[in-house]
Amino acid sequence: MNMEHYVSLFTKSVFIDNMILAYFLGMCSFLAISKKIDTSIGLGFAVVFVLTVTAPLNWIVHEYLLMDGALAWAGFPDADLSFLNYIIFIAVIATAVQLVEMALDKFSPALYNNLGIFLPLIAVNCSILGGSMFMVERKYNFSETIVYGFGSGVGFLLAIAAMAAIRHRLRYSNVPKELRGVGITMLLTGLLSMAFMAFSGIDL
Amino acid sequence: MALLSKKSKEAFKDPLMASNPISLQVLGICSALAVTVQVQTAVVMTLAVIAVLAASNTTISLLRNKIPGKVRIIIQLSVIATLVIVIDQILKAYMYDMSRQLSVFIALIITNCIVMGRAEAFAMQNNPKDSFLDGVGNGLGYGGILISVAVFREFLGNGSVYGVQIVPETLYSYGYENMGLMVLAPGAFVILGLIVWLHRIFAGIEAE
Repeated sequence: MNMEHYVSLFTKSVFIDNMILAYFLGMCSFLAISKKIDTSIGLGFAVVFVLTVTAPLNWIVHEYLLMDGALAWAGFPDADLSFLNYIIFIAVIATAVQLVEMALDKFSPALYNNLGIFLPLIAVNCSILGGSMFMVERKYNFSETIVYGFGSGVGFLLAIAAMAAIRHRLRYSNVPKELRGVGITMLLTGLLSMAFMAFSGIDL
Repeated sequence: MALLSKKSKEAFKDPLMASNPISLQVLGICSALAVTVQVQTAVVMTLAVIAVLAASNTTISLLRNKIPGKVRIIIQLSVIATLVIVIDQILKAYMYDMSRQLSVFIALIITNCIVMGRAEAFAMQNNPKDSFLDGVGNGLGYGGILISVAVFREFLGNGSVYGVQIVPETLYSYGYENMGLMVLAPGAFVILGLIVWLHRIFAGIEAE
């Protein structure tokens, strides 16, 4: 397949199918972490990293172990283990996060210090499991999965960084006291999401 | 003797209003919003979450003295994931169209912070009966918000509630139009933001 297809898939996963603003995935950490710009960028990069690693890993597991007829190479052409998807995916994600954490600690202490505290949090981030589930539902192939995982991660990073910047500015404004915190963040996310919808007409 | 002790009642009632998981503790929004375009999907999602929460709380509470502290998270996750798979298979078998519509969001109950949160915060310390009630209560508190968001979105976006047309045809012929924005993602954020605001005014809670 040509390059154009991948560029289009990338733009689509960053802007149009944005994890947070179009599918509401990863909202918990989005609301909790977006108070400070530094930490939200840290979390954003950790999500990019983990999504790019786990989506292809889960693709391999799904394709060669779980899918309907995937076990044909082992002599079980009728086996369909796809109902095990959820539990296996979550185990793969937890393991991958653990391994990434250990590898980073060993080989790149500087990066580890920046991402370290966020990595364990990410194992139960909805957007990571969501990425793998969407990858199965939309029947992406291996290279599409890599591009999709990376793109959705970048989309998450963009959204959380933008929200942190807005909330930083918001500190000086007079928000009604019951609306502070979650309420106003939700309304702002709504506005941000409307802005992102303007991208939905783009078709490369 | 009262049927339920005071503590059990609190375990059930608290999450409905005073410490609602969505609007006050800000848990479990991830999977919540995407299914609120129609009331029907929201109701099914609520039932699924109540079932998973009640069952996982009870199971984990029964096992609470046998789970080693160090590996408790992974054990909780596997209990929850197993329950979610069961629910998903039931939906696929008996309500296939509904399970197509809910797509990946049933699976995402696994990473729903409410389920993990209640297992860790409540079920690990309390007896199975209270944990069961706590699970049902939290599920209802979650569902209450979910269904109210869905009622607004479906009413404003499609002119119907639970698939029943509410806005009369005559109004359309006078130029009334459905609000397309409500069906899209931003509508959910705005409605939820407003509901959280209202809830906090009535509950008299100031955040942060």
